[in-house]
Amino acid sequence: MDFRLPSALTGNRRSLTSSGDGALIAGARLSGPMPWVIAIMVALTVIAAAAGLSLANTARAAANELSGGVTIQIVEANPAERTRQAEAVAQALRAVPGVIEAHAVSQAEVERLVEPWLGARGGGEDEAIPVPALVDARLRGAVTGEVLGELRRTVRAVAPSARVDAQSSWLKPVFGAIDTLQWLALALVALLGLAMAAAVLLAVRNALGVNRDTIEIVHLLGGTDAQIARLFQRSIGIDAAGGGAVGLALGALVVLFLGRQFAGLGAGLVDSGALGPLDWTVLALIPVAGLVLAVLTARITVLRTLVRML
Amino acid sequence: MNTATDGEIVQFDNVGLRYGADREVLSDISFTLYPGNFYFLTGASGAGKTSMLRLLYLAQRPSRGAIRMFGTDAITMPRERLPLLRRRLGVVFQDFRLVEHLSAFDNVALPLRVAGVAERELARPVADMLEWVGLTDRMHAVPAQLSGGEQQRVAIARAVIARPDMLVADEPTGNVDPDMAVKLLRLFEALNRLGTTVVVATHDVHLLKKVPDSLIMRLDKGRLSDPTGALRYPPRRPVAREA
Repeated sequence: MDFRLPSALTGNRRSLTSSGDGALIAGARLSGPMPWVIAIMVALTVIAAAAGLSLANTARAAANELSGGVTIQIVEANPAERTRQAEAVAQALRAVPGVIEAHAVSQAEVERLVEPWLGARGGGEDEAIPVPALVDARLRGAVTGEVLGELRRTVRAVAPSARVDAQSSWLKPVFGAIDTLQWLALALVALLGLAMAAAVLLAVRNALGVNRDTIEIVHLLGGTDAQIARLFQRSIGIDAAGGGAVGLALGALVVLFLGRQFAGLGAGLVDSGALGPLDWTVLALIPVAGLVLAVLTARITVLRTLVRML
Repeated sequence: MNTATDGEIVQFDNVGLRYGADREVLSDISFTLYPGNFYFLTGASGAGKTSMLRLLYLAQRPSRGAIRMFGTDAITMPRERLPLLRRRLGVVFQDFRLVEHLSAFDNVALPLRVAGVAERELARPVADMLEWVGLTDRMHAVPAQLSGGEQQRVAIARAVIARPDMLVADEPTGNVDPDMAVKLLRLFEALNRLGTTVVVATHDVHLLKKVPDSLIMRLDKGRLSDPTGALRYPPRRPVAREA
């Protein structure tokens, strides 16, 4: 028999001390439903995060608006005396250091405010249900208990029956609820992150099981754990990138739709929750965070599993 | 027991192997393999040949005893250093163990890719190796599309493509026709002349006669005997031949 040594075995021997992972397990894609699972997780995370950011914006706007605000109610049955006291209070407050602005709210404005509850009123002096006169004051700084006490003394000197309230105290329960909702949104984001990590972990374990023979062969041919982990990282990375992009698009559509719905309400507090450019940047980073989380989960899972193999 | 000397490629010292709580499948195995020799490992079916080879290609740790490979303690060495040791070995598995979703070309290229050889550098040697084993026209076929003999040739091409320091083959001619069997043995001999230590496990006594300078280790019920002095110190070495 004519014998010729294959040329691959002649010449100098190659150095085999580096490591590559070109197409070691070309078919070892995790794929299946994984990109869709990631897409759904990212979409839900985007919606939850958008809700949290919107609530934060609302709380911030309301706090800025109300932090220096004080309302004085003048409860006086005689309308003329009530108007006089309101003007006197406004004038007295304007003289107090730290008060930027103080004005008596017009009777027409007060009538408009109470109209939803009391119905249209004539505004004449023969009113059946007297409505307190209101004085709106704005301070340079926050309204502390000490400042409020000083304002009360000033006000009661000219209107003994007046009631002085910091505007922020009225919305304390609302701020409390917003705060709770923000924490809830944050918890949802964290839970969705955990759920995505768990889904990736299960998918990677399953893929490790399916590809166990191949992995063993690659090991026996001198493949390192890091090489094998990189294959799974790359696979899950592609799934997470595709799923993340779809999830972001879906989530953004829902957020935009809800934004339009809430904007249609025309309520000041709701309007103040609109998302700004920074908020959208944060939302756009969610799929990136998802990708990093998925790749890290895959790497840790693979390395911890491989360590049990020889 | 053999004494360790410079230049030994493998040294087993009082090695035993058991699976789980069963009795030992290998007992009191001590021998030394030297570079450039051609060894046959023989024995009846169930004698422990495959278990011995699994220890040799580092797929299994022994239950007791010591194993040194290429001057390194293979039992206590850190796990992350095992791949570098394994890259010095070429293995022909009895069940071929081809990667089922890779083509014949990609299976043969696997050891080179694992070792980081660039794609442009591996195409020619892989194609040449496939041509040599007569599978040029089957290079894009996956293992399921290949016959047993074709799969075995792919497995052999994969085992030798990186020119290993030691080639370990488990019944490498079991599924090929007599002509191809002779050709494969010539390949192993040629590799041996280039400096590769060859260990071939077989129960085919006719094969032993085809490599006259080979050394024979015989396994019987998990114990090793030395019919040709392979385990003696100093060992009998094959006569130097021109490639």
